[in-house]
Amino acid sequence: MTTVAEVSPAKDTRARLPIADVRWSTVLAPLVVGVLALAAWEWLVASFDIEPFVLPAPSAIWEQITLNADSIVRGASVTGRNALIGTLFGAVIGVGGAMLAGTFRFLDQMAAPVVAALAVIPIVALAPVLYSMYGAAVDTGRIIVAGLSVSIPVYLNTLRGLRQVRAVHRDLMTAYAAGPFQVIRSVTLPTATPYVFTGLRVASSLAVIAALIAEYFGGPIGGLGKSITSSAASSNYPLAWAYVTGAIVLGLLFYVVTLLVELWFSRHHRPAAG
Amino acid sequence: MNDPAIQARGVHRVFGKGRKQVIALSDVDLTVADGEFVSLIGPSGCGKSTLLRLVADLDASTSGEITVFGKTARQARIDQEYGIAFQQSGLLPWRTVAGNIELPLKLHGVNADERRRRVAELLELVGLSDFAKSHPDQLSGGMQQRVAIARALAESPRLLLMDEPFGALDEITRERMQNELVRICAETGAAVLFVTHSIPEAVFLSDRVVVMSPRPGRITGIVDVRADGMVPAHDRSAGARDEEGFFRAVGEVRSLLHGTPETAVTARGVDTR
Ligand SMILES: Nc1ncnc2c1ncn2[C@@H]1O[C@H](COP(=O)(O)OP(=O)(O)OP(=O)(O)O)[C@@H](O)[C@H]1O
Ligand SMILES: [Mg+2]
Repeated sequence: MTTVAEVSPAKDTRARLPIADVRWSTVLAPLVVGVLALAAWEWLVASFDIEPFVLPAPSAIWEQITLNADSIVRGASVTGRNALIGTLFGAVIGVGGAMLAGTFRFLDQMAAPVVAALAVIPIVALAPVLYSMYGAAVDTGRIIVAGLSVSIPVYLNTLRGLRQVRAVHRDLMTAYAAGPFQVIRSVTLPTATPYVFTGLRVASSLAVIAALIAEYFGGPIGGLGKSITSSAASSNYPLAWAYVTGAIVLGLLFYVVTLLVELWFSRHHRPAAG
Repeated sequence: MNDPAIQARGVHRVFGKGRKQVIALSDVDLTVADGEFVSLIGPSGCGKSTLLRLVADLDASTSGEITVFGKTARQARIDQEYGIAFQQSGLLPWRTVAGNIELPLKLHGVNADERRRRVAELLELVGLSDFAKSHPDQLSGGMQQRVAIARALAESPRLLLMDEPFGALDEITRERMQNELVRICAETGAAVLFVTHSIPEAVFLSDRVVVMSPRPGRITGIVDVRADGMVPAHDRSAGARDEEGFFRAVGEVRSLLHGTPETAVTARGVDTR
């Protein structure tokens, strides 16, 4: 048979992230705002003689960052490790739980109040309790706190994703007389995948926050949270802020990585026309 | 004589209860012989999709009986007696074109070599060989629909159920796909139940055209395109679209659709007998 309509050159079908669509202005604008804000901050601190315990100048914070770069990186890796392990555990629990709840309605109904409760209470509040359960010498409590924080948004998003299966896809699988596991594998899970990663993106920042704040309540030293409290306690405010900056960068790192993963997994999920 | 591909007897389908009740199908009797091409035509909401879904066992009738190749609709579905193409292409967006076409083969345990061979064959058939590795969101609506048709043909079913498969296509692609479908049916000898809104399409493709009307959905008449020498030997070559018999059949379907006497609506100035 002859192909008439599609002599168009074979399209570039390599998978691509929609990142290429981002325009320069969208990156540049916030950068400009950031730089201006820093300049204003510096000027404000200098011209009004603001005390460092109220607000240290950006230059002072930067000085501490360069001086303590090693310690900040080490702290970030400790906190980041807790957050990462927590994220992985939380994701497994969230996805697994959602798959169970999606399959068995009664489990969903049973879990709903617990999930709602966990979604509103700050889970870091559990940290002191967990420290006493697992001992204050290990990171277990922090990992659990991070994991729990992650599992809730992942659970909720996954559950939502599992319910997005289109009627025509369900009909198709029925027409193929596909078994329940085939349906889950071929349609339900792929439909839910972008939702899982949306949940993970939302959760990733929570994981860092949870792992960090959990350190405020005790446990082994070395993490960013502990360093922030101890520098603040010794009145070294610029140093405390330097650690805070490290925490911000760590949170951003988690966010960007999970965002890229999310974009990758949803690259073909724009609903196809027709 | 073989079992008919589809046999529907006294089929009713009622949706909802009480005042919101909709009689989608009322007392439908229809037989589609093995290898026969039958079109369903009628205004929107007259129950064409509903009837197709009943045959496919995607929905159950309120009363009446449907058999497919002598089996219950349910057994026929389990035995994979039919291939189906929906009004929407229903492709899986996360699978490539090739991945979509091979899906039924994969689900039914066909081995990888055989799948690859068959997919290549089907891609060739629908003219999308260059797009095997594309994803559905990279194709036009018409191309997606062609992938869906290839998928329906994947297991060379003896019965094809098609719900307005060409609705989204432009006129040129549509005619090409119609010719392809005619050729495929001739080659495979598959029976087809084909839903459409286009009278010429129904007449060109079909051995018989079933005309339906809504509220309640029922069959108002059946035009046998092969009969009365309307189209001699039901020639479906592209030239058949210009034959006199073609227009006579079109006129007959049209008058059934509008419920007016046949002579009042002679199609496009073509003489009636
Ligand atoms: N699942 C359902 N629940 C309730 N009513 C339904 C359902 N499916 C169809 N109907 C009703 O049954 C009637 C027939 O619908 P159907 O989809 O079969 O029409 P159709 O002939 O395919 O129309 P179209 O040409 O627009 O596709 C309509 O009035 C519709 O509202
Ligand atoms: Mg329909």
